[in-house]
Amino acid sequence: MSIELAQRLQQRFADAITEVQDARDMPVLICKKDQISAILTHLRDDPDYQCNLLTDITAVDYLKYPVKQPQRFAVVYHLYSLEHGHRFRLKAYLSVADLSIDSAVPLWKTANWLEREIWDMYGIRFNNHPNLKRILNHIEFEGHPLRKDYPVDKRQILTINDSLMDEMDKRLKEKGLK
Amino acid sequence: MQRVNQLHPVAEDFEPAFYKDLHTDLMFLNMGPSHPASHGTLRTFVALDGETIMAAVLEIGYLHRGFEKTAEHRTYDQVIPYTDRLNYVSALMNNVGFAKAVEGLLGVTVPDRCIFLRVIISELMRIVDHLVCQGANLVDIGALTNFWYLFNQREKLYDILDKLTGARLTNSFTRIGGLARDAYEGFEDDVLNVLKDFEAAVLDVTRLVKKNRIFQNRTVGIGVISAEDAISYGFTGPCLRASGVPYDLRAVHPYYYYDQFDFEIPVGENGDVYDRFMVRFEEIHQSIRIIRQALKMLPGGPVNSDDKRVSLPPKDQTYVHIEGLINHFKHIYEGVKVPAGEFYDATEAANGELGFYIVSDDSGKPYRVRCRPPCFTIFSAFPDMVEGGLIADAISTLGSINIIAGELER
Repeated sequence: MSIELAQRLQQRFADAITEVQDARDMPVLICKKDQISAILTHLRDDPDYQCNLLTDITAVDYLKYPVKQPQRFAVVYHLYSLEHGHRFRLKAYLSVADLSIDSAVPLWKTANWLEREIWDMYGIRFNNHPNLKRILNHIEFEGHPLRKDYPVDKRQILTINDSLMDEMDKRLKEKGLK
Repeated sequence: MQRVNQLHPVAEDFEPAFYKDLHTDLMFLNMGPSHPASHGTLRTFVALDGETIMAAVLEIGYLHRGFEKTAEHRTYDQVIPYTDRLNYVSALMNNVGFAKAVEGLLGVTVPDRCIFLRVIISELMRIVDHLVCQGANLVDIGALTNFWYLFNQREKLYDILDKLTGARLTNSFTRIGGLARDAYEGFEDDVLNVLKDFEAAVLDVTRLVKKNRIFQNRTVGIGVISAEDAISYGFTGPCLRASGVPYDLRAVHPYYYYDQFDFEIPVGENGDVYDRFMVRFEEIHQSIRIIRQALKMLPGGPVNSDDKRVSLPPKDQTYVHIEGLINHFKHIYEGVKVPAGEFYDATEAANGELGFYIVSDDSGKPYRVRCRPPCFTIFSAFPDMVEGGLIADAISTLGSINIIAGELER
C-alpha cells in the first residue's frame, strides 16, 4: 500500500525522486537535495500522505561503507502519518563539495534541534536554519565526531562556558522584548 | 515599568519619583545545570520579569557520552550495555528496543517465551518509569509524602530485577535473539505480588492528589501544549497522548502480541501538567492489566532463538566439540554478522517512541546506530511551554515531560 503511494510520489516528482526502494521496514525514497523542501511539504500536506509527524532526521557518513553509494553523506528523514499510519524514509545524498540542504524548520518545529544535531555531528549545513549551532558537543569543540574520519579515541580540552546570550538575544527579539 | 503600572497603578500616583527610578529591566537567571529540580544536568537560561519567565533558551549536552559513535566500535551484543544508559530509569525497555531492531534487521524471530518475558519486563519498567516521574514531580511541587508511597514499591520491583538480571538499574538483560537467561523459579508469583503493591500505591497517591485543591492549582492549565504544536514538535508517548492524540505504537502498530492483550490507551484533553499526570497514572493501571494477561499466557520453551546466526551453541557443543568451540569463539569475538542493509524499528518506551535506525555493513559491528530518543524532541518544546508562566510552573512542567538526560543527550 505505502509502496504504491511512494511510486505515485515518484511520478509526481519525476525529476526530484531518483529511486524508490521497497525496504522491509518502509518505502525508501531517494531524493535530490534541491527539491527536498517541496517533497517534504507535499508529504506533509497532501491528504493521501499526511505525514504530519517528523519522527527523525539523521545523517549517515558512507566513507567506509562496503557497498558503493552515490555520495559520501546522506541526510535521512523518517516520516510518519498519524492519520494513515504509514511511514516513509527519505534519503538525500550530499556531495562533500557542497554539504548543505534546505532546512525543514518551516515545516516542523522539531527539525530545529534535529538539524542542529546533524550540523554538530556531521558538519552538514541547513540553509535558512534559524539557529545552526552545536547542540550536544561543547561550543569550542573542533571537528564533527560522527564522521568516519574522526577518531573514536580523540580527546579535546574544552574550557569556555557558553553564556547563551546569543540565543537569548534572538529569542528576545522574536518575542518583541528587545 | 509597564508591568509595575499594571500591578500598582495607585501607588505610582502617590510616589511618582520612586517609581520613575525603579529599575525594571529583565533579569537573567540560570536554572540548572546542577540543581535537584532540573532532573539531570539541564540548563535553562531564562529572562525574568519579576517571577514571570519572559524568554527561555536551553543548553544541553552535559551528559553527552557519544553513544552513537561508541556503538560503531562495538559488536551488536556489546552495544546492549550502552543502551542501559540511555533511559536509565527504564533500562530494560532500551535493551528490548535495540535487540528488536537488530533482530528486525537480521530477520530473526525470537521464541514466544522470550517475547512474553520481554513484554512483562517492558511493562514493569514502564510502571517504574512512571512511578519515578510522578514521585519526583510531586516532590517538586511540594507533595513530598507521595514520593515514598511510590518509591517504596519501586524498590520491591528492583529486588525482583536483582534476582532476574543480577542488577538493579543497568540490567543489560536482552541478547540479540533472546534474553541473557530464563526467568527464575517463582518469578511469576513475585511479579503478581509486586503488582498488587503498585496498584495500592498508585490508588493511594491518586486519592491524595487527584482532587487536591493545591495540586490542581499547581497543575491545571500549566505547561500547556496543544495537539497541533505537540505534533509539530514530534512529541510521542504520554506527553502527546495528554494533548489528545491517541498515538501509541502498542495499539497502532502492535508488535510482540500487543494486539492480543486487552488494554486501553488513556488520552488527555488539554495537554497540561495535570493531564500528563493523569495519563501516566492510568497507563500504570493499563500496564498492570497487560502484565497480568501476559503472565497467564506465558508459554514454556526456550528463551533464545535457535538461529545459528545469533545464538551461542549449547554448552555441551562448546566444551566437547571443536566446531562448537569455534562457533562460540567467533560469535563472541566477531559478533553477530548482519548483512549490509538499513532498518528502522521503534518500540513504545515509557517516554514515547524509542526508535533505532541501524545501518549494517555485513560485519559484526553496526556501521551506524541512530537512536531516536523521545526526550530530545519533547525537550525542544520546553521554552514554548514555560514562557509566560512562573518559575515554579517551569519546574512542574519540566517534571511532567519526564526528561531523562541520559536519553536526551546519549
